[in-house]
This record gives sequence, structure tokens and C-alpha cells, in this order.
Amino acid sequence: MTSRPWVAWGVCRLNFFVVEPGASHKVTLPLPHMTDAVENSQPLLRLSKITKVYTRGDLAVPALRGIDLFIEQGEFVAVMGPSGSGKSTLMNLIGCLDRPTSGAYFLEGQDVAQLSRDELAGVRLRTLGFVFQGFNLLSRTTALENVELPLLYAGMKSVERAERAKEALRRVGLDARAGHTPNQLSGGQQQRVAIARALVTRPKLLLADEPTGNLDSRTSIEVMALLQELNAEGLTVLLVTHEPDIASYAGRLLLVKDGRLRTDEKRAAMSAKQALSEWRDEETLQ
Amino acid sequence: MMVMMALRLALRSLLRNRMRSALTALGVIIGVAALLVTVVLGEGTRKMVAAQIASMGSAILMIVPGASAQGGFMGGTGSGRPLQRDDVEAILQARSVRYAVPVDRTVAQVVSSNLNWQTPIIGTTTDYLALRDWPVARGRFFNAAENDTAAKVCVLGRTVAQNIFGESDPVGQQLRVKQMPCEVIGLLAAKGQSAMGSDQDDVLIMPSLTLRTRVLNQNRQYVSTIMVSATSEDDLAAAESEVVSILRQRHKLTDDQENDFTVRNLAELVQTQQKIVETQTGMLRNVAAVSLLVGGIGIMNIMLVSVTERTREIGIRLAIGAREKDILLQFLVEAVVLSVMGGLLGIGLGMLAATLFAKLGGGMPVDFSAFWMVLGFGVSVAIGVLFGFYPARKAARLDPIDALRYE
Ligand SMILES: Nc1ncnc2c1ncn2[C@@H]1O[C@H](COP(=O)(O)OP(=O)(O)O)[C@@H](O)[C@H]1O
Ligand SMILES: [Mg+2]
Repeated sequence: MTSRPWVAWGVCRLNFFVVEPGASHKVTLPLPHMTDAVENSQPLLRLSKITKVYTRGDLAVPALRGIDLFIEQGEFVAVMGPSGSGKSTLMNLIGCLDRPTSGAYFLEGQDVAQLSRDELAGVRLRTLGFVFQGFNLLSRTTALENVELPLLYAGMKSVERAERAKEALRRVGLDARAGHTPNQLSGGQQQRVAIARALVTRPKLLLADEPTGNLDSRTSIEVMALLQELNAEGLTVLLVTHEPDIASYAGRLLLVKDGRLRTDEKRAAMSAKQALSEWRDEETLQ
Repeated sequence: MMVMMALRLALRSLLRNRMRSALTALGVIIGVAALLVTVVLGEGTRKMVAAQIASMGSAILMIVPGASAQGGFMGGTGSGRPLQRDDVEAILQARSVRYAVPVDRTVAQVVSSNLNWQTPIIGTTTDYLALRDWPVARGRFFNAAENDTAAKVCVLGRTVAQNIFGESDPVGQQLRVKQMPCEVIGLLAAKGQSAMGSDQDDVLIMPSLTLRTRVLNQNRQYVSTIMVSATSEDDLAAAESEVVSILRQRHKLTDDQENDFTVRNLAELVQTQQKIVETQTGMLRNVAAVSLLVGGIGIMNIMLVSVTERTREIGIRLAIGAREKDILLQFLVEAVVLSVMGGLLGIGLGMLAATLFAKLGGGMPVDFSAFWMVLGFGVSVAIGVLFGFYPARKAARLDPIDALRYE
């Protein structure tokens, strides 16, 4: 891991003439959770008998019917399942955007089901990072400002904020696009800005609900390569997808059906980086 | 620091919808402008009135014949005994009284060789100028002997002098008041407007007896009004009660009889005048209140629209870790900035309008003290907070998931 250049493939591609790959740029994000993982044996998160019932008028719609789940620090987990099976509901609960109807949810040992609205916001700010299918960047707002946004709410001073945001943009290979607004960026670039925004607070857990859902297959693999790289640096990633080949880049697969966990298996993950180089080889052959 | 950030966000968001922002701010613009005009004109009148009290002398009493009729300055007429020249002498003996003079008034045509001018005429005695604290600019005022002999002399106010003699010196010139020829012996210093808004310099003053006997052909024994000044402002009440008891005694009134005369003081008169102005500015105050209310509701409305339009943005901010108060602050500050922009424009417009009104209203002093600006600013901040709070709270309380899903 240490011998591999920190620069993501995207950086090589986009800034080939600007940044030499491997040049010491002192930009590696210090990821404190790498050491935490060693010292701390408790799982990053633990769900116990989690249920979620939506009520629509008099109608009760059970979306989750008892989920038990451990996720360790440093895992790369893919969640699959048919539409309406409760994947997004599960992600929203884990993401502290919503509270379960019953059950316990411990994040870093803390029972977050008991937290207030603002305390949950604090957990989202410090511990979690979100990547959405629809990117969810602020329109008419530059990439840099989008990435700075969480730091603003963390109360960071503007100089440090800009520094950190640039660093995160560089990490996803988009420092040259810092001044661009979302409508001046491609889908893949927008998703990388969104990833930079999720990374900038140095979270423990990255939650991605169908992050490649709006991207073509090539760009999807690029995004997966970036996520794999971040994961290799210690970031825990939980990702929802309905595409098996996207899920194949994860080291653990969860299958959700009718609000229940049907399958939970660990396996060898494919390398997105390798998939990309093969793709490139094919292109050159043609 | 959070506020600075909210300010930047607010400005950006408002500038994106320039036209909408401007139209929304209109209510506050008009409201604050009307408010400013109200207070500035109100204050202007108050100052003007105060200046006039000072110019007339505040320690002045007017005595007219007849029982007091409510509200009417002149009191009743005809009823009871007329005032007499001897009453003046008697009043002068009172301890708290400094000056007492008879005052008769008429309006007559004043004619010089080539010009004539309709002007108010006052017949009085030598102390009148001292009582009014009114200096002579050129020449002199008539003396006691000239009064006693009903001499054909007069003193002119600035306006009369200018209208009849132009720029040339009126002192020593001849003119006619009705049929009576008369020598101008003095020119009064300029005095300006009275509390009633009339030009005090449009006056011709002659000895009381001259006016009574030579111009009006009336009984020399009577006077229509007596003007009295107290030894000081503090002695005004004492002077008034002394005057009342002297006159009751002279008029031989028994204890169960009402006064057959009325004593008024000028401060009262001026207050009446001020009330009239206040009624007028009261109208404008209502306009201000209604505009501010409508402006506030407009702001609330547009902020609600803005919250709905930006539901997704709010969802993103919440998901990323914004707390309720961060969102609340963002939208509250936006409402306040909108309102304050309107307020600042309103202050400008109000100053312009107040200046204009003051000009039309006869040159009353307009004084834009910093206090009024702060008031206008404060009012617009208050409107923004008051009417921006509900939409801002609505934004802050959005459910992050619902907001993110909003299309
Ligand atoms: N806000 C909601 N109100 C009511 N029902 C909901 C809500 N969100 C999701 N559901 C229902 O819960 C179930 C699970 O939805 P979701 O978690 O979005 O599934 P997935 O992401 O796997 O497609 C579905 O039946 C859906 O209709
Ligand atoms: Mg879903």
C-alpha cells in the first residue's frame, strides 16, 4: 500500500502535464482511522433488530423487518436487492438521516438512536460522508465551495477551509476544476466533487446510495477505483447498487429482500483499477 | 462568523432574483419612507413651534372679553363687559406682570404715492415691542406722548415696507391708512412666521388711540384685547390668577358669577396648532404601518416560496451536517437582508420626500438626525426578523430525507 502512488488514476489522466504522478505534494489526507482500526477492536457500527415502519395515513408500510449487522472499520460493503426492498431506508438509518422504529444502532460504540436532531447532524458532520445517485451538489456554486460546505458547518476558518477543500479536490483529481460550477462538469466529475465533499471532513464511514446509477459504465468504474483507493487508505465504504459488476468491487456483499438481510458474504474484491487498464488496452487494440 | 457566511449566502441568493427581491422590498421601502417622513415632519413641526414660542415669548397671556368658549381662541364676543383702557393700567400693577398693553386689530388698505397694500394693522402702546421682544431695525417706535395725543405715526413690518416702498428706506415717508395720512417713523426687524403660519412681518403698528379714534372711529375708552407678559415663564400661572382676580374685582363679579372675560396663554394656542399637524401626520403614520405590514407579509410570502424552491438545497445542507439553527440563520438573515435593503432605500426616499414636503409646507426645518436613520434601519431589521422567522423555521425543520427527495 505504501509503495503505490497516492495519486488516483483520475489525477494522472486529467493533470498529466500539471502534476507528476508520485511527486511529493504533501497532500495525503491523514486518515486517523487507520490507526484506530488497530487499537480499537469494537466494530465501526452495529445494528441490532432494527425495524422501520413508515405510516401512510392509516397504512403501515414495514420497510425494514429486523436487521442485525456488524461492519468493521476498513470494510468495503455492497448492498444489493430488488427495488423497494429497503436498501435506501437502511442507508438513511445508518446515515443518521432517520431514526429506526425499533432496535439499537451503535456507531463507534454510541447509541445514535437516542440522539437529538442536532446531535445526529453533528454525527453526520464528523463521522459520516454521503454520496448520492443524483450527486446533490449545490447548483451555481463552484466545486470548491461545494467541497467547503461541510467545513463551514464545522465552523472552520476560511483560510483553513479553502486549504482543506483544495486538498480534497486534489485527492479526487479535480483541483484544476475548483472554480467550475456543477453544470460545467461531467457526471463523473460531479460525482468526484461529491466524493471530495464527503471526504473533506475526514469521516469514518462513506455512505453511497447508487453512486454510479447516473453514470456510464466506464465512468462508473473510475468512481469505483477512487472508492477502492480511499478504502485501501482505511475509509470504510458502504454502497448500494443494483449492478452486480459494481458490487463485485466490494469485499462484502449484503443482499436485502423484503426488509430482511438474506445474504451476508465476504469474498475477494475485483480491482477497479485493473478493470480500467484492461478497458484501456481494449481501446488501444480497436 | 456564521452570520458573515449567512450574509454572503443571502446576498448571493437575493441577487440571483433581482427583480423579485426589488418588488418584495417595495412594501418596506414605502413603509420606511412614510415612517421617516412622519417622524421627520413631526419633529420639524415640533421644533418650528418651539421656535415660534420662543419668538413670541412663551410667558404671554391674551385677555379677551366674554366668557371662555370652548376651543375658540377669541372667546365669546359681545357677552359681558368690554375690556377697558383702565383695565390695562390695573393689570400692570400686579406683581407677576411685567408688561400689559392694549391690542386692537384691523385690516386696512395702506396707500403710498404709487402703491397700495392690504395689511393687518395693530393699535397698541409703547411697551408692545418690549413685550414681544421685537427690535426696531431702523428709525424708532412711537412713545407714550404720541399715543396719548393719537399722533399720526406708524411703524412698518418688513413685508409691508417691501411691498410699499421696495428697497428704499421707508422711515420718514408718508402713507395713508384708509383716509388718514400717517408718517412712517420706524421699520421693524424681520420676525418670520407665526405659530398659525401667518407672516408676522406683514403688519403695520400705530398708537392704540390713533387706530381707535382716527381709523376705526370707536370709543377710546375700550380695547378689544389685552396682551400681558409675566415677569418670567415660571410666574405665568401667578400672573394669570392675579389678572383674573383684578379683572373680576374691576368688573364687580360676585363669587357665583363666571368670568366675563377669557385669559389664554400662547403655549396653549401653539399646542392646539401642533395637534392639527399631528392629525395630518397621523394619516401618514397609518400609511407607514400598513405598508410595513404589507411589506412584511410580502417578505414572508417570498421567503416561503424560496424555501420551497430550495428544498433540495436545504436537504443537502442538512445531510452534510447543518444543524437546525444553521438553516434557520441562513433564511432569517436572507429575510433581514431583503428587508434592510428595502429599509435603506426607504430611508433615502423618505429623506427626499420629507425635504419636498417641508418645502411645500412653508420651509419648516427638516433635521435628519442619525436617530431617524437608526430608527428606519431598526424597523426594517425588525420586519425582517418578524416575518422571516416563520419561513426560516419551516426550512430548518424540514426532514432531511424528504427534502433530499424533493423534486
Ligand atoms: N418516506 C416513505 N414513506 C412511506 N413509505 C416509504 C418511504 N420511503 C420508503 N418507503 C417504502 O419503504 C419500502 C422500502 O423503500 P426503499 O428503502 O426506498 O427501497 P429501495 O431503496 O431498496 O428501493 C418501499 O416499499 C417504499 O415504498
Ligand atoms: Mg433506493
